[in-house]
Amino acid sequence: MTMQIADSVSLPAPDAKARAHAAAARDNLRTEPRAVRVVIIALAMIFLTVFVVLPLALVFAQAFSKGILAYFAALAEAEALSAIKLTLLVAAISVGLNLVFGLVAAWAIAKFEFRGKTFLITLIDLPFSVSPVISGLVFVLLFGAQGYFGSWLRDHDIQILFAVPGIALATTFVTFPFVARALIPLMQEQGTQEEEAAISLGASGLQTFFRVTLPNIKWGVLYGVLLCNARAMGEFGAVSVVSGHIRGDTNTMPLLVEILYNEYQFVAAFAIASLLAMLALITLIAKTVLENHLDEGHDASDH
Amino acid sequence: MTIEVKNLVKKFGSFAALDGVDLKVDNGELLALLGPSGSGKTTLLRIIAGLDWPDSGEVAFNGEDALAQGARERHVGFVFQHYALFRHMTVFENVAFGLRVQPRAIRKDEATIRARVKELLDLVQLDWLSDRYPSQLSGGQRQRIALARALAIEPRILLLDEPFGALDAKVRKELRRWLRSLHHEINVTSIFVTHDQEEALEVANRVVVMDKGRIEQIGSPDDVYETPATAFVHSFIGESIELPVHVESGVIRLGDRALRLAADGLAPGASRLFVRRHDMLVGPPGSGAFEGAVQHVRNFGPVQRAEVALSGGETIEIDAPRDRELRAGDRVGLEPRRYRIFAGA
Repeated sequence: MTMQIADSVSLPAPDAKARAHAAAARDNLRTEPRAVRVVIIALAMIFLTVFVVLPLALVFAQAFSKGILAYFAALAEAEALSAIKLTLLVAAISVGLNLVFGLVAAWAIAKFEFRGKTFLITLIDLPFSVSPVISGLVFVLLFGAQGYFGSWLRDHDIQILFAVPGIALATTFVTFPFVARALIPLMQEQGTQEEEAAISLGASGLQTFFRVTLPNIKWGVLYGVLLCNARAMGEFGAVSVVSGHIRGDTNTMPLLVEILYNEYQFVAAFAIASLLAMLALITLIAKTVLENHLDEGHDASDH
Repeated sequence: MTIEVKNLVKKFGSFAALDGVDLKVDNGELLALLGPSGSGKTTLLRIIAGLDWPDSGEVAFNGEDALAQGARERHVGFVFQHYALFRHMTVFENVAFGLRVQPRAIRKDEATIRARVKELLDLVQLDWLSDRYPSQLSGGQRQRIALARALAIEPRILLLDEPFGALDAKVRKELRRWLRSLHHEINVTSIFVTHDQEEALEVANRVVVMDKGRIEQIGSPDDVYETPATAFVHSFIGESIELPVHVESGVIRLGDRALRLAADGLAPGASRLFVRRHDMLVGPPGSGAFEGAVQHVRNFGPVQRAEVALSGGETIEIDAPRDRELRAGDRVGLEPRRYRIFAGA
């Protein structure tokens, strides 16, 4: 219901109803022998522990292996601080851009009928289906020294590649679908009637947007922003291609983790990694909370 | 406020939702647009409201071109089929919305807005719900809140799209009566769309019957029921018996049987004969224009509904009073008390 368009490369759909149905079905279909159930549940638990919980725990264990002081010392390194700052900056830029363009794209798709709509929907998914490395290479091809705009940029002394603009562009490209994808099904489901009602009651376009449209999609917006942010901070492939790995300048957190690891600075590498892991955990919790709010919104709209 | 619509055309792709519609609505009228789904009635309503735009034609309010204005400037109250209440606002804020979004220069102060909303909630008898959210209301309550919200802007015209469509039968009947008395009270020129003939005939002063993007007939509820202008109106409103007949040199034929019915002034050729079920009088064989055998009888309160196989081969259903019980197998003569014949197959 929430993510009609979501498919192979989709976001996980927040769907409490489906979960409720599944629970009901489970109660009705408890016909397997107890042993089979225990084995299946145990298998799932062991798999998750070995492949998810254990690595996560190891990250923190490694980060604190030389004590808590070494941990904070590693984070206080100039290189580390610069990477954290750059990551926050890039995430802020790309989340901001994707918020605006995602809203615009979702609005256009959900509220208007026009030629090429299906094409636009497909296009929105492109960043998900293309390998991030290729996404990065596209920008090298465009803005690199040998690229289409390379000489023009050099003449005008504008640095895009191996600098913040390039990293922000590549990140924005890779994370574009999140906000749009979260909003399109939501806005399609809500239709245009409330907006029409607002306009017929005398509201201007801006009043309609801020008083009617935005409050109706706010949880969806937050949901999209959250996932977009998580991916933006964690993006490795595309950023790796355009960053140039200039230490203390164009290294984001994921890039720095790799470099430190390759240099056998395990505590430092895992200290930064632990920050990213924490981001993941916070994202997970926030996502669960938001999904509950989204479901409430859907239920309220069921007449 | 009078509304005048001239030669309105609206196409969606190759489908003509409105195919040349002319309509005049007088000040203070309560008008029903009645027709099957796809007849263009909602499109007409949305164009009057400014929510849709015609491909060609004119819409004027009090003689002023309304198409020059957007929905925002028209001061038209619109009640949506599914109410379209703002789901994140309380009932109070829903009703207050139209007052709060007014340009600062003419916006009322908070106390005046509160008083006005209270007054409107009293009018729809739901002031006790002002702190609830739309999802906590029943369908009938939502409908009345939607109406109060539309009235808040003191609309020059009130438009209602299938106002009772989503309600259950009992609530619908109550609200019909309530809407009529409300209209009497506020006396705003109002148009409502419905596909339910009973609703149109009971509530409206005048009924506009539409089909396939055209107006078939405009008239009082009595007019459209008693003297349908077209075959469509006759079959759409009230329950009719419809028979394919042939008019030729002053004689009406059903199959190869000549009917003893006057054919004065009828165009020759294939035609359709319409009789209301209850206008078919039952007599002994040979007494009427039609002959037939009763197949099956069911009783509906004061009437008995009989299925009669005519000797021409057609089977019709008639409603007869219960003073003379009919039985399956009876041979009867049938005489239409009133009938209408429309040219065309």
